[in-house]
Amino acid sequence: MLRYFNDILMGLWSLIIGMGITFREFFKPKVTLLYPHQSVKMPARYRGHVELIPDDEGQPLCVVCGMCEKACPSNCISISGEKPEGSKRKVLTSYILDFTKCSLCGSCVDSCNFGAIRYTKEYNLASTRKEDYHFDLLKRLEESKK
Amino acid sequence: MNEPIVLQPDETFVLNVGPQHPATHGVLRVKMTMDGEYIYDAETVIGYIHRMHEKMAENRPYTQYLPNLSRLDYLSAMAYCHGYVLAVEKAAGIEVPERAEYIRAITVEMNRISSHLVWFGAFVLDLGGFSPLMYAFDDREQILDLLEAVTGSRLTYCYFRFGGVYNDIDDDFIEGTRRFIKRMREALKMYRKLVTTNVILMKRLQGIGPISVDMCQRYGATGPVARGSGINYDVRRNEPYSVYPEFNFDIPVYSECDSYARYNVRMEEMEQSLRIIEQGLDKLPGGPVNPEKKPKTIKLPPGDYYSAVEAGRGSFGIRIVSDGDKSPYRLKLRSPTFSNMHLFDEACRGMLIADALAFMGSLDLVIPEMDR
Repeated sequence: MLRYFNDILMGLWSLIIGMGITFREFFKPKVTLLYPHQSVKMPARYRGHVELIPDDEGQPLCVVCGMCEKACPSNCISISGEKPEGSKRKVLTSYILDFTKCSLCGSCVDSCNFGAIRYTKEYNLASTRKEDYHFDLLKRLEESKK
Repeated sequence: MNEPIVLQPDETFVLNVGPQHPATHGVLRVKMTMDGEYIYDAETVIGYIHRMHEKMAENRPYTQYLPNLSRLDYLSAMAYCHGYVLAVEKAAGIEVPERAEYIRAITVEMNRISSHLVWFGAFVLDLGGFSPLMYAFDDREQILDLLEAVTGSRLTYCYFRFGGVYNDIDDDFIEGTRRFIKRMREALKMYRKLVTTNVILMKRLQGIGPISVDMCQRYGATGPVARGSGINYDVRRNEPYSVYPEFNFDIPVYSECDSYARYNVRMEEMEQSLRIIEQGLDKLPGGPVNPEKKPKTIKLPPGDYYSAVEAGRGSFGIRIVSDGDKSPYRLKLRSPTFSNMHLFDEACRGMLIADALAFMGSLDLVIPEMDR
């Protein structure tokens, strides 16, 4: 009998404490954002998908050594290059990133000895079509120049 | 026409929980043979999210397997990566700078808190309390923001490298972490008032889901599940690794064996993790975070290597069998949830279904980790 009333009292006490905490939270500032209208700024080290870094003339720093291609665990990078006549180094002709397979591990950036790729800060990448995730990074670099 | 089904006195029926069910928190299926409201027998079925992580290790170099480790347990990914790099470092004889070891311990403990916060929120949500989930996620957000600024990722960190870490921590991180410790201590006090001493929670958990010491040992349960049953075993203390011997912390052990004991173990573990982080920040030495000399391609000498760490859910072990090649001959992952879950079948017999789901929550199951 005593336990019964004790339980009721304890229950009421828990309720009062709970409501007190809820009441205090009521006056605290909002912590959420209204996403499509507001968005979070990504930190400097955010690992988005990769992009090519241009040199002073706007050409990619990449020398087509293929290290990133080899380092990728999911084989999502395919690059090709050619050696123009009279030139000493190879020139990048295409850099395709298959983002459908990428797990954003950063092995490619780690493996690059020439500092030619970096992470982007993009995260709004929703799409319904698979083709939208086959990024042509060379084209992207040219577009960024404009 | 439309006659109600009347069960015979000794008749049972099968209730299928999952594979898509909010209480299982993942694709776990439980086939429950019910006697009215009571569970007569239960059978957990896994395999819905099997991704061949062990097999994947066999066909790629050691470095390329690093991202996989974060995908095992998405809530405390750091600890799993830690286990793997420790095993490879031990085998390959790579020296780790002291600063890197401290950074590893700090980040792993932060990840442990964030993992326990998700469990806390989801567990109380299972029992019908919604607002603690929101408070817990608010606190967890602080950790994720801090870790994101250092590692570049919010869940699948892939932060540890063989011999060190990917990025050094900066002053912002140290300052932010100190602020977080202060905030979290206040929050833990609030959780204690709001949830731990709440009479409904106590009634739902006390005496529910008893797991005996014997059962823990038979199934190989570790982590908070074993410590809630009075087994004083923590890999950080019993088989020390990394810089854990340098820290002064307690291992919470409760011998009530019920769901409430497991709840209390995790809540106290968060406090202890805060202590470890605080000490780590105080003792943090300077210096590099990656070794000066590191082999370019990692090849382990032929042999059998094992290393275990205390992950958020218990002892995570990794066994690498190497034949001297650049990828392992065999890699075995011993995940804690796999053992912790299997005692559910036996322990839930005779339990009310509502209690069984509360009991399942107290085991803190992460399905991708047991299915691998």
